[in-house]
Amino acid sequence: MTTVEERLLPSAEPVCLIDQNGVPHDHPSYRLPTKEALLDGYTQLIRGRRFNDQASALVRQGRLAVYPSSFGQEACQLAATMVLRDGDWLFPTYRDSVSIMSRGVDPIETLTLLRGDWHSGYDPYEHKVAPQATPLATQLPHAVGVAHAARLKGEDTVVMALVGDGGTSEGDFHEALNFAAVFQAPVVFFIQNNEYAISVPLARQSAAPSLAHKGIGYGVPGERADGNDLAGLLAVLGQAVEKARAGEGPQLIEAHTYRVQAHTNADDASRYRQDDEVAPWLDRDPIARLTTYLEQQGWLDDDVRAAAEAGAVEVAAQLRDGLMPEPEVDPADLFAYLYAGQTQQLREQAAFLRDELAREEA
Amino acid sequence: MTHTKISMAQALNQALRDAMTADESVVMFGEDVGALGGVFRITDGLTAEFGEKRCFDTPLAEAGIVGMAVGMAMNGMRPVVEMQFDAFGYPAFEQVVSHVAKMRNRTRGRVQLPMVIRIPYGGGIGGVEHHSDSSESYFAHTPGLTVVTPATVADAYGLLRKAIEFPDPVVFMEPKKLYWAKEEVDLTESQPGIGTAVVRREGADATLIAYGPAVPVAMEAAEVAAAEGRQLTVVDLRSVVPFDDETVCAAVRRTGRAVVVAEASGFASVSSEIVARVTEKCFHSLAAPVRRVTAFDIPFPPPKLERYQLPSVDRILDAVDDLQWEDS
Ligand SMILES: Cc1ncc(C[n+]2csc(CCOP(=O)(O)OP(=O)(O)O)c2C)c(N)n1
Ligand SMILES: [Mg+2]
Repeated sequence: MTTVEERLLPSAEPVCLIDQNGVPHDHPSYRLPTKEALLDGYTQLIRGRRFNDQASALVRQGRLAVYPSSFGQEACQLAATMVLRDGDWLFPTYRDSVSIMSRGVDPIETLTLLRGDWHSGYDPYEHKVAPQATPLATQLPHAVGVAHAARLKGEDTVVMALVGDGGTSEGDFHEALNFAAVFQAPVVFFIQNNEYAISVPLARQSAAPSLAHKGIGYGVPGERADGNDLAGLLAVLGQAVEKARAGEGPQLIEAHTYRVQAHTNADDASRYRQDDEVAPWLDRDPIARLTTYLEQQGWLDDDVRAAAEAGAVEVAAQLRDGLMPEPEVDPADLFAYLYAGQTQQLREQAAFLRDELAREEA
Repeated sequence: MTHTKISMAQALNQALRDAMTADESVVMFGEDVGALGGVFRITDGLTAEFGEKRCFDTPLAEAGIVGMAVGMAMNGMRPVVEMQFDAFGYPAFEQVVSHVAKMRNRTRGRVQLPMVIRIPYGGGIGGVEHHSDSSESYFAHTPGLTVVTPATVADAYGLLRKAIEFPDPVVFMEPKKLYWAKEEVDLTESQPGIGTAVVRREGADATLIAYGPAVPVAMEAAEVAAAEGRQLTVVDLRSVVPFDDETVCAAVRRTGRAVVVAEASGFASVSSEIVARVTEKCFHSLAAPVRRVTAFDIPFPPPKLERYQLPSVDRILDAVDDLQWEDS
């Protein structure tokens, strides 16, 4: 018989299968992913990193209104979707563009919100990706609802719900965990603990031994992983998804990672943290360690490298080309999507704007 | 003190600094208000100057922030809290509506809550969704809340000082698009109190009634109208609750015509309240129905479309033109 603590508390240390030097480690509960999975992960990491770099460059050129980068967190971004099946759902935040894109969402549509042409650019049903949530943690009860509905309908869908370390302080986080546990909803709550909520470090956010410990109070099993180790994340998240799918209820996973860059381009991180704090995290980069490991295995041949680079070049070009022209925005859209049917008042207001614009042109 | 050229953001910062110096029970807290100095730098340097106990970061939870402020106010302090953006204050709505607004009433005046909730609000800064709401009507509709909003640098300082000294909870709405514009001001000059509107410009032909971010637009419209031969009075409400019926109605009676200008959507809003009051109280002085220039009744648009949503000089002038200057 396992005790409640054994069942619900996270591992004593974050699960790490490939350490920052590229050295693999055995783990009693998790197995190293297959060669194919790791090579696929490598390719996706290279592409994800390039997406971040290109989007940041485009912000500097004024092509995006704002970009909250996941630079350094790409292993989390990609593991979160690599463990999902087609029918599963992703509930992302503003920081999770790489995750969204990796689900198959068009890169330009992924960036519609941050470009400023509409609030959300993609059809959530097409790839089962909810609109990015900006009000923190508010997406989590929705994730529970989608998961619960799937169960009621007899579907074996799993919902991957993303949240930051700061977001775990919001009431909605706690309500979502509790609801999910009570209804045994198949949700994997995945916390990307990047140590900061804008300027507020984790130590000022929570006094819990770890964020994964927040599960036990709700009866939700918690686990934690090295957030820069794609291998460990795939193993931990993969197991969580399968447990949720098998009817074992919600799972809470915390990834220990780091926000290498400022909160967004608008933020000045030098006001609240020292550069020497950032430096060690650069040594823990998710791409470097996987590259070392794959090289040592002799798996990283020229073909794999070339394919990965081609994917990166392609996504960068997609962003540059897609974001260069000024987006076509139609003022009539302002009134188009409020209600299933148009109200008389909105018809009048739309007509008012039409007249005004016609007069401007005349 | 002599005149200095400062921005509204700096004036708000100075008001907090001076209030904290003047009264030890004033404490400032919220998200990123410590080391960072707030995302708009309104609390810049306060932690360094007054220490962690007087200005501090909290966990990221607005209901917690406002709820804790209620408790601290119950226990002798004067908390000033910051909601990072208008729409991020909504998780605290329950605390604001059910407790902040009602504590005095529920306890027959035994418990007072001298606290200030600072909220940067409104559009015009190219923010993505949830960063540009005008949420004042929710608060103005809630009995028990005092709601003020400065439109000038001097008022930013004066009103915030008065809000902190006020015996009741004040929702202090800061028009974020006005944060950075500088004005020459003397902060020691006393400003009218909470509950008082001021006439920013006198003109005999019609009155523009505005508040917060709409005031500079109304002033500009009045400037243009004057050049075109029509003299407009501009009333800056400053205080949405309590509402200064006297100043507003006196201006409307003098001019016989009025346009209300607001950045918020018009339906069931502060602007509809103003029209209702003016119509009820000044009906026989009115030569035309009171008109409104407000945002459309739609969610605040994304950056690329926001200019259609904001009140403009042209829309104000069109509304003024519509005030039945002659029989048609
Ligand atoms: C309800 C709410 N309050 C405040 C904010 C403003 N805000 C945006 S991001 C952020 C920090 C979030 O930190 P975290 O959850 O750790 O996510 P990260 O940005 O690090 O990915 C804050 C305070 C918000 N978006 N929503
Ligand atoms: Mg964080």
